[in-house]
Parts: sequence; C-alpha cells; structure tokens
Amino acid sequence: MEIPITDPAKDKKRLIATKMPGIFRFFQRHGIAYLFLAPWLLGFIVLTLYPMLYSLGLSFTDYDFTQPDSTQFIGLANYMKMFGSVFGVSEFTTSTGELIRVDPYYMKSLGVTFTYVFVSVPLKLIFALAVAMLLNQKLRGLSFYRAIYYIPTLLGGSIAIAVLWRKLFEKDGLVNDFLGILGFTDLPGWITNPNFALGTLILLTVWQFGSSMIIFLAGLKQIPQEYYDAASVDGANQGRQFFSITLPLLSPVILFTLVIQIISAFQAFTQAYIIGGGRGGVLNSTLFYTLHMYIQGWTYHEMGYASAMAWVLLLIIGAFTFVVFRSSSWWVSYGVGE
Amino acid sequence: MLSNVRVRHTLTHLFIISLGLLMLYPVVWMIVSSLKPNNMIFSDPGLIPKEVTIENYISGWQGYAGTTFGTFFANSLLMCVIAIIGNVISCSMAAYAFARLKFSGRTFFFTIMMVTLMLPGHVTLVPRYIMFNTFGWVGSYLPILVPKFLATDAFFVFLLVQFMRSLPKEIEDAAIVDGCSKIGVYWRIIIPLAVPALVTTALFTFLWTWDDFFNHLLYLTRPDTYTVSRALRTFVGDAGAVSNWGGALAMATLSILPAFVLFFSLQKYFVQGISTTGLKG
Repeated sequence: MEIPITDPAKDKKRLIATKMPGIFRFFQRHGIAYLFLAPWLLGFIVLTLYPMLYSLGLSFTDYDFTQPDSTQFIGLANYMKMFGSVFGVSEFTTSTGELIRVDPYYMKSLGVTFTYVFVSVPLKLIFALAVAMLLNQKLRGLSFYRAIYYIPTLLGGSIAIAVLWRKLFEKDGLVNDFLGILGFTDLPGWITNPNFALGTLILLTVWQFGSSMIIFLAGLKQIPQEYYDAASVDGANQGRQFFSITLPLLSPVILFTLVIQIISAFQAFTQAYIIGGGRGGVLNSTLFYTLHMYIQGWTYHEMGYASAMAWVLLLIIGAFTFVVFRSSSWWVSYGVGE
Repeated sequence: MLSNVRVRHTLTHLFIISLGLLMLYPVVWMIVSSLKPNNMIFSDPGLIPKEVTIENYISGWQGYAGTTFGTFFANSLLMCVIAIIGNVISCSMAAYAFARLKFSGRTFFFTIMMVTLMLPGHVTLVPRYIMFNTFGWVGSYLPILVPKFLATDAFFVFLLVQFMRSLPKEIEDAAIVDGCSKIGVYWRIIIPLAVPALVTTALFTFLWTWDDFFNHLLYLTRPDTYTVSRALRTFVGDAGAVSNWGGALAMATLSILPAFVLFFSLQKYFVQGISTTGLKG
C-alpha cells in the first residue's frame, strides 16, 4: 500500500488557502505576477481601453472641450458629415435641430492618404528588398554600408529633415538646381505645385527604407546557401532563383513588414504638417487623414467629429490588416516544401 | 574567372557607394550649408563652402520668443532621460511577467498587448487630451512622461519578452532553490542578463522621444517648455515660409547630432532591436 507523503507546512498552507475567499486565493497564487504586470495593466485600462470607449462615445456627440457643458448627443451625424458626399448630401439637420454641413475636405483627405499609403509602402518595400539583396553578397564593409543606408531612417522622422525637405523641393531649391544643370528648364516648385506636393512626401517616406532593409537583410541571411547552389546545378537562372527561393522564403518577413508599414503609413502626420506649413498644403494636396483630424479637433475644437474620424481610421487600418493577413495564406509560405 | 568575380565585386561596391552618396546628399548638404553665409546657401548648391561662418549658429541659437536653444536642448534631454527611466522600468516589469511567470490570464493579456501594438494611437488621442486637461497637465511634460511609466509603448514590452524568453530557465531555477524570491529573480538575474535588450529599449526611447513632434505640439504650450523638435517648427511660419533659413539649418543640424553619435557608438543594438521586433525606426 502506498502511503502519501505529506508535508505538514504545505498542508497547513492549503488548509488556509481553501478557507479564504476566491479572490484572495487568486492573489495568493498570482499576486506576484500581477504586481509586475500592474503598470502595464493600469496603463492599458486608463490610457487605452477607457479612452477608446470614451472616444467611441464622443463620436456620437458634438463635444467641444472649450464648452463641454453644451455637449449634445447627435447620433450618427459626425459619420454623416464624413460620408454625406457619397450619398450626394451637402447639408442635413440633426435630431437636435442643428444644421450640419458635410465636410468638403474629408473625402479629399481620405484620397490623399490612400494614395500615399498605396504608393509609398510598396515602393519602400521594393527598394528595401533590392538594397538588402545588393548588400547580401558577402561583401566587405557590410556594416558600414548598412549604417549609411540606415541614416535617412534614423533622421527621417525629425522636424529637421522635414524642414530640409521643404527647402530641397522649393522652386529655387537644390533639386531644381540639379535638374537645371542637367538642362531642364521651366521647373515647378515641387512643394507648391498640387500635382507634385504629395510626390515629395512619398519620396521622403521611400527614402527611409532603412529599417525594412535591415529586417530583410536579417531574413536573407537565414536562407541556406545550399538552396541556391542546388538551384544553380539544376540550371535555374538568377531570376528563377529569386522567385522560387528568395521570395517564398522571405515571405513571412515581408508580410510582417508590410503590415507594420501600412499601419504606420496611415498615421503619417509630422512631415505633412511641416511641409504643408501646418495645413493641408496647396489645394489640400497633402491633407493627410491625421492632419485633417488634428485641424478639426484642435483648431476648430470639433472633438466629437475628430473622435469619429479616429474610429473610422481604426476601422480602415483594422480592415487592411485583416485583408493582408487573410491574403497571406496564398502568398506567404511557412517552411520549405509547401 | 577570379578577375571576373573581382570586377563584379568592384562594380557592386561602386554602385552601393554611389547610391549611398545620393541618399546622403541632402543631409550632407544641410550640414555644409549651415556653415555658409545666409545669402550664399541657395546660390551655391555645392558641397564645398566658399566661405565658412558660424553666424547661422549664433542667429539660430537665439531661439523663439526670448528662449534660446540652450533651454530647448535641456528640455529635450530632460524629457528623454525621464522617458527612458519610465520605459525601462515599466516595460521590463511587464515583460518579466509575460515571459517568465505563470499566471492565469497570461495568454489573454499577452494577446491584448500584441493588439495594442497595432492600434493607431489616434483613437485614444481626444479622450487622453480631455483627461490630461482635466488634471491640469496640459502645458507640462506629464502627458508625455506619465504614459512611459505605464508601459504604453508595447513595442518595448514585446522586444523584452522576446529577449527574456530566450534566457535559459536553469539559472532562474538555481536561484529559486537558493531561496531567491520572484522579485529577487527579476532584479538580480533577469535584469542584468537583459541589459542588451534594455539598451535597445533606451536607445529607441531616446530617439522617438527626441523626434516626437505630435505630442509636443499638442501638450507643450509655453515657449520656455518647448523641446528641440517643437522649437524647430517655429522657424517655419504658418504659411510655410521660412525667414531665417541659415538659422533653421544650423539648429536642424545640431538637433540630429545626438542621433548620429548614439547610432555610430551603439550600432549593434540598433540592428538587434530592428531585426528582432521589426521596429518601425
């Protein structure tokens, strides 16, 4: 017969534990972990969860923080203000009898942002991959080159570079000086021309391909050289090797980078703010979504409307992230032989 | 055959260097131009100044509304130091719980943490502003610094979790057998071993806080509290016109100096940080 070995101290502890209410028992067992988690948990509840729900609530009101007492519930009016033009509405009356004009610039800001995201993100990733492959050739001085190509990313988010960019692309700026030397005449002021202003911002973003490049470079180093050797023996040329080995094996990394870049591109603000001089630039050609939201919320104090805009942005980003992840099943391969 | 490879390598090197120079040209031009007399900055696009002067640094240093760039740099530095302390403490605590402790709700909270990683900050912006305004914090550094002590930068929690998970379990077990508490394990074992990841955390906290503009634009209202990035904006007028280009370029050059120094002295931490988490940089 087996005699269970008991530890009197443990027994006593268990006895006390069973007598305590559940919540105490929970904390006795997990207290230390929650102690460590406490700052994050507090931050999540107070600075993320609560504000998110709060802003959802605000999005149904006409909240203005300079006169919070006159806040009224206006239903979906803020959302109608955004998308009214889709239904051919230019103004409408809310249930509270307020006449609201449909935001004439909202669709413009959405268009500018979409163009920016869909042009800058793919270009940036293609560039990053091309340079990463160029550097992944067992060259001497790799870490030096990597540093050089990372510098624009290191500095690119700063106001300093935004101010510089403005100068480079002005009518009498450096870019035109160069094009002039190459024989071009009649050059526009790139920043002040509505056809090109967004292009300069896209260029500024693509210029900062450094961190994507470093991620790709790390991914490329994981691909065993034997695969390429075997492919060469089988007579696959470089192009074939790229599409059959490099791209599939790098696809999980590409997916991850793509998601991160899309999310951050939708939220771009600083560079557009500086280059547009605090506004949306000429004919609102660089009126980014977040810039429009900032102007509505903080210049015009339309914080209910700004909250609604923020929620729509959240849904747009969520939708794109979802689509990219769903689509990944047919273009991302995990492991060899798939 | 050998010479063929050598030629190809030389060509590759040449190509990489020229592309790199092209990319760096704007930055180099900015630095060089900050040393040119104000009236020659745009008449001379070349990289070798015909005349070197520090007048731009003197005029730019005057700053804005009676506050010099000395104050702006001090403000930025102070803000960065406190932000680093906050992030290192709070993010490492959360990461320790997620990576090394077992508790019910761990998977649930970890999932939430990963979701917040992708959450656009703008959705919490208005309520946070209202909240900080109620506390009377608008105009101070509290709205920018308090969140750092509450591990709101999920990127760093993730980075540290990844790193702490890779540490061997045996060291921890040995310490527990020797009577070390969970807090002792965190403080005496995990933290010292996680120093490389903590350096990466500190580095990126510094850069992002130094370069942050949006929060500084929202919350800093008085010129004497301005940070460098907020102050640089004052060179650009409301319509986008810049009156003192020389001063703007000189102060812009000074403002990127810390990033340069940190990057070249701690390059391996950058690469490590970016490739383990895919930081947006």
